[in-house]
Amino acid sequence: MSEMKERKDYTKGPLCLSGRGVTRIFGSGAKANTAVDHVDFDFHEGEFVSIVGESGSGKTTLSKMLLGLLNVSEGEILFQGKPRDISTRAKRNEYWKGIQAIFQDPFASYNIFHKIDAVLLDCINMRGGKNLPYEKKVEMMTEACSFVNLKFAELTNKYPFELSGGQMQRLMIARIFLLKPKILLADEPTSMVDACSRATILDMLLNLRDETGMTIIFITHDIGLAYYISDTVYIMEHGKFVEYGKADEVILNPKAPYTKRLISDVPKIHEEWDLSTVDLSDDQY
Amino acid sequence: MSNTLKNLLHSPKFMVGFILFIAILLTILIYPLFNPGNPLEMIGVGTFAKPGTYISLYDATSSQKETLKIANAEEKRIAAALSDEDRVKMLEWLSAYGVDVTEVDASNTDAILELWMANYNPDASIKGFTKSETRNFRLIQNRITELMSADTLIIYEEGAEDSKSKIVKTDYVNLNAIANVKTLPLGTDNFGRDVLKELVSAAGTSIIIGLIAGSVATVIGLTLGLLAGYLGGNADEIIMFITTVFTVIPGFVLLILISYSLGQDQRGPTIVAIVIGCTSWTWTARSVRSQVISLRNRDHVNLSKLSGHSLGRIILTDILPYIASYVVMAFILQVSSGILSEAQLSLLGLGPKTTTTPTLGLMMNWAMLYSAHTNGSWWAYFPVILTIACISFSLNLMNTGMDQVFNPALRD
Repeated sequence: MSEMKERKDYTKGPLCLSGRGVTRIFGSGAKANTAVDHVDFDFHEGEFVSIVGESGSGKTTLSKMLLGLLNVSEGEILFQGKPRDISTRAKRNEYWKGIQAIFQDPFASYNIFHKIDAVLLDCINMRGGKNLPYEKKVEMMTEACSFVNLKFAELTNKYPFELSGGQMQRLMIARIFLLKPKILLADEPTSMVDACSRATILDMLLNLRDETGMTIIFITHDIGLAYYISDTVYIMEHGKFVEYGKADEVILNPKAPYTKRLISDVPKIHEEWDLSTVDLSDDQY
Repeated sequence: MSNTLKNLLHSPKFMVGFILFIAILLTILIYPLFNPGNPLEMIGVGTFAKPGTYISLYDATSSQKETLKIANAEEKRIAAALSDEDRVKMLEWLSAYGVDVTEVDASNTDAILELWMANYNPDASIKGFTKSETRNFRLIQNRITELMSADTLIIYEEGAEDSKSKIVKTDYVNLNAIANVKTLPLGTDNFGRDVLKELVSAAGTSIIIGLIAGSVATVIGLTLGLLAGYLGGNADEIIMFITTVFTVIPGFVLLILISYSLGQDQRGPTIVAIVIGCTSWTWTARSVRSQVISLRNRDHVNLSKLSGHSLGRIILTDILPYIASYVVMAFILQVSSGILSEAQLSLLGLGPKTTTTPTLGLMMNWAMLYSAHTNGSWWAYFPVILTIACISFSLNLMNTGMDQVFNPALRD
């Protein structure tokens, strides 16, 4: 851990993505449900940001808005200091060259009717490599696969369902490696894979950041995990950021009661699990 | 994909439906090879000839005769000449005359005949019978005596003095020696047309109508459903409004109005099929839309968007393959309901133009117009109903089988 603290401080870099009063309301009238409620944030270049919260706190809605897959009800999102404009298809495609995502469920992330090659070839095409000779494309795909410890020769011509969950998720990272976006939004990428694959995937994300200076927005419900890998942590409860700051400050000296609860809910080996903070009266249960 | 096909082949329901449907199709394709010609050719002059084998009487009389002495030939001849009604009447007369007939069964020709020959007296006046009934008894008596006594039928050629030939009761002709024998397995209809030949041709036309109607309905429903489901928002509102309007107006009434306004000359089988398709797409649109809504927020669709794919490409490659099995099933049901709609329309006289091609619905219409159902000519309508039932049964069975294969929740 001390090694991690010696790393470059990414939290002072130039602004990459920020939001002012970002809100999303589903439905209208009496049924209106505010999933994300006036949140402000500033993500810097190369920063590893974690957004932590329980299920239903609005993390995924926020991530969809950041990706431009969901419209913002109120507020604005600034990309590299300028208001984001994704009104036309061309502008959206330009925006998506700068921001990409890895989703939670690797099994649902692939079109089961397409071979794996198609996913990687799409990335090369998107980076303007459409007219490259096929050998060059294979070389690029092989490089991307070896970055995530996969062998392209073994994967080519296979369908996604022939791979394990960990392999699929690594292939998603290979996709990001080919695209090299400015920002990577990882929506609980480790929650559906086993513990060994999880460490590998996190390691690869960190490598990706160190190699390309990519901003990584890591969405998770696991505050322990967030502490180990993040520069900055945002704690989200009921659509609002209740606390944010450097990972050390937030997790070692939590101020908001919700943060304290999240921390005490993490089970620790060799210690009695403190369940006293679990509030069963919460409407979630 | 190959696994799905294998599962389909192992689904008994699908296979039974599939084999039945293929059998019907093969019959439609192969039967005309053995019995070529216009299916609407009027081979009979009278209406509703019964099913059976017809032999040319002219050819039979001029064919090589053999003499065969068969023991019960006489009884059979008389038995065939007496109708069920005659037998009942004869028994009534006998009992009125004072003969005990409680032991005699109406089907026992021997017993009735014996009592009748022993007791019948044309001059006896018995109360309770009308004049015409009394006359009828005399006619029956004449027929019986004629059959029992006369043993030679003499045929004269027109204008000739000498008899051409004599036919004795013991004369027999080999069936193979008769030049003209026509088997009509389902008889003829009201216009004297071979019902089986007509039925096979009609089944073919009806399946084509079903396929066209099903395709039109599926294409319209699929396009609108995909657009409404994927685009959402205002596009969804507008498309669903149109769909609701079409759902609320009873499709069949619309069908009748369109069919009527087209006029008799315009209504070929194709036009009728298109009209049916244009009124039955609504539920395909609705169900496709709901399937698409559940798919459009899936991660693979999001990933496809992030990869910069166009709307058309996302719909065609990321949504359509996922609902393809569902669409095939909907198509099969639409084909089945298209065939039924044509039958209903035609039964009302609003089906295809009636002079060139038979359809199953038109055959029902003709049978109904000429009262086949009241005069006992079951062969004019029952095989048609059975064919419609078999076609829809096979299609629905295929659909149920596919449903079980594609929907894991329904697997046994």
